[in-house]
Amino acid sequence: MKAWLRLRLRLLAAIAALVVLFVAYVSIHPRGASTYVLTIWANQGTLLGFAAIAQFFAVLVRGVDLSVGSMIALTNVAASFLLVGAPVAIAAGVVAVLLLGLCCGLINGLFIVYGRIQPIIVTLATGSVYAGLALLLRPTPGGAINESLSDALTYDISGTPTSILLLAGALLLVAIPLRRTPLGLGMYAIGSAEASAYMTGVRVNAIKLTAYATGGVFAALAGLYVSMVTLTGDAGVGPAYTLNSIAAVVLGGVSLNGGVGSPLGAAVGALILKTISSLMFFSGAPPLAQPFFEGLILAIAIGLGSLGVFRVRNKLDLFNR
Amino acid sequence: MSGSLVELSAVSKNYGGVPALTDVDFRCEAGMVHAVLGENGAGKSTLMKLLAGVIQPSRGALKVDGRIVSFASPRDAIREGIVCIFQELSLAPHLSAGDNIVLAAPRARFGLLTLDAYAKARAALDSVGARNIALGARIGDLSLAERQLVEIAKALVRKPRLLILDEATSALSKQLVEVVFGVVRELRRQGVAILFISHRMHEVDALADRISVFRNGRHVDTFTAGERNHNDIVTMMIGQSLKELFPPRGPAAPRGTPPRLAVNGLRWNGQLNGVDFEVGPGEIIGLGGLDGQGQQQAMHAVFGVLNGVSGSITMDDRPIEGVTPSRAKASSVGLALTPEDRKTEGLVLEMSILDNLRLAALGRAPFGIAGRQPEIDRRLGALIQRMALTYADLSDPVGSLSGGNQQKVVLAKWLALSPRCLLLMDPTRGIDVKTKAQIYRLLRDLAAEGLAIVLQSTDYEELVHLCDRVYVFYAGRVSRVLSGDDLSPGTLLAASMNMSQAAQAAS
Repeated sequence: MKAWLRLRLRLLAAIAALVVLFVAYVSIHPRGASTYVLTIWANQGTLLGFAAIAQFFAVLVRGVDLSVGSMIALTNVAASFLLVGAPVAIAAGVVAVLLLGLCCGLINGLFIVYGRIQPIIVTLATGSVYAGLALLLRPTPGGAINESLSDALTYDISGTPTSILLLAGALLLVAIPLRRTPLGLGMYAIGSAEASAYMTGVRVNAIKLTAYATGGVFAALAGLYVSMVTLTGDAGVGPAYTLNSIAAVVLGGVSLNGGVGSPLGAAVGALILKTISSLMFFSGAPPLAQPFFEGLILAIAIGLGSLGVFRVRNKLDLFNR
Repeated sequence: MSGSLVELSAVSKNYGGVPALTDVDFRCEAGMVHAVLGENGAGKSTLMKLLAGVIQPSRGALKVDGRIVSFASPRDAIREGIVCIFQELSLAPHLSAGDNIVLAAPRARFGLLTLDAYAKARAALDSVGARNIALGARIGDLSLAERQLVEIAKALVRKPRLLILDEATSALSKQLVEVVFGVVRELRRQGVAILFISHRMHEVDALADRISVFRNGRHVDTFTAGERNHNDIVTMMIGQSLKELFPPRGPAAPRGTPPRLAVNGLRWNGQLNGVDFEVGPGEIIGLGGLDGQGQQQAMHAVFGVLNGVSGSITMDDRPIEGVTPSRAKASSVGLALTPEDRKTEGLVLEMSILDNLRLAALGRAPFGIAGRQPEIDRRLGALIQRMALTYADLSDPVGSLSGGNQQKVVLAKWLALSPRCLLLMDPTRGIDVKTKAQIYRLLRDLAAEGLAIVLQSTDYEELVHLCDRVYVFYAGRVSRVLSGDDLSPGTLLAASMNMSQAAQAAS
């Protein structure tokens, strides 16, 4: 039990931090813990949550994905063309958008796996391409999204925000495969020690490709959800999501060195980030000072997360973390 | 087909023109333990890597069950039932022991790993005597010996047809080695072919049915175990006889001189519970015992790697406090430590031999230009000569050297600082006989020149034959100090298992 807790300390601390921040947020919000406040908060959080899970899959296999934001922008723009018409057409549009995300992720993976190029460079380049493509398709924000679909996904189901249910559903969908299939364990093993995984007969290339492609699908989910919330396609939504998704996975206890963490952690990290910025918005701090305070809180949170360093009794252990 | 499971015919392997294996014919048969002997660089590891699918032969054919096969990756070899336990462990440090084992044999139903798979992992761990390792334990938190057991369990769950053990028990205590050997014998009874590489002759005696000797990339001979004696085998391997392995002991260091390094009441984190030992100039002392009794931590504590150590450490009666490795190596203290794991802690594998040799001395002139320390370079040159370091060019990456030569580089980089006390952590682990002999000779000579040497080792032979005094560790303290006639493999083993009273009563 003690060992179980110790391994999940980072995640539990992140959840505790989220609860504290959330309580602070609803207590200073002028409208309190109403369904309206909850829904707005959850919609924003879910957006970043999907982006963070997309980032998680790249980070899990010891990579990083700087194209998360661009994939969100591109899929968001694609959705603004495709999510109209009869229900069947809309369903086909959703599938097409998810496939687009899958392809983007797969392209990242192909360069990284077969080109043997560092993920940071590959995704910097492909990210530019995806963002450029989105701009070509929609130079100015516009387009239309089916409103009844948007209403169904951005309000609440008897008081519980629909977005939170979507996020929880996505998390459930990936949790078991990650921990209980050769594919998922393979991702953890590759992130932890790629050479060891190869020597064990793990299909390193195929699994890394799968990780990046899965990341693309989650970026597409985020892109779709942006469309649901904003009802338009906007090629400029990307940049903020990329860096925030990296901050979110770190806050959620996912190691940038790979092999450690969970999608739940990534999602919790995203909700923490979103809560911090909402908290700032309603705190009465001057708007221009908000980035300063947001950054400060983020820095403190990350600092707390690395307190474990002081408990290390053998200095050599520091280098293996 | 002649009943051989795996067969190599006329196989050669070159690395960029340098032959590693030349024209090798070799067969492994089912139900037989086949030991492969040879000094480092003889081609043993190349042979293993070929069989395990890590590398492909330059010429010649590899046959399994008489069929010609070619392995593109370890995965292909594993599919044919060829499972290799490498010396460098193949575990993922952030995953649990159970996940690591299950990953090796993902017999997934509907793509899911069943609880059954974890039950099998548990059974495999139990069978190699690792009942105390929890399935949920993170590999990174386990000791080297425990990781080796997990590695062995991981190989077992794959139901190998050919099991390759490459120094797979090098960090295990004697009892655990016996348990693992029991498992190997049971596999042999079930008809598994076993290839066994070890530098420990008594392990080969205990296990092997057939022995093959390799030298300079060629298969010298294969014979039935027991057909030749040790001296013949060693001569076949290196052309040097066994009794030359350990140099004669010099005259005992004059007592009464103050100890060079003295350690008193060392405590740390529940793993050191009041450790005392001392070493004088010209002495070689040994720290021995079963694995994980605090020997390694004692060495690390002296070199300043651990936080929160209490007790006193003195050099020439002067206490040294607040030590870090960079303070410990300063000429005012004069300590040097060669780490247990030379590949990660001893060397920077990608850097050149020369840069590695100069690395320890860099701190002596932190703002100078590297390579502008003629005194250090002169000493390094002399050390390279003295140790007979074998290399092509000093600008080659140090990782291209054989294990024995890598260890010589580690020793040389520290000796260039002219330390007054040398701490050695298992310096001959996984090193061939010839280099071992050279290192023993060097240590004896260094002691004769007045250096104080602390040797922590898992090899009983070298503790008995090389050391003037051995401190036997048990549960974080020194349970017995052996020297002179008391120092024999038997008393050392008894003391390691904390049976000193019984052993004394018996003698």
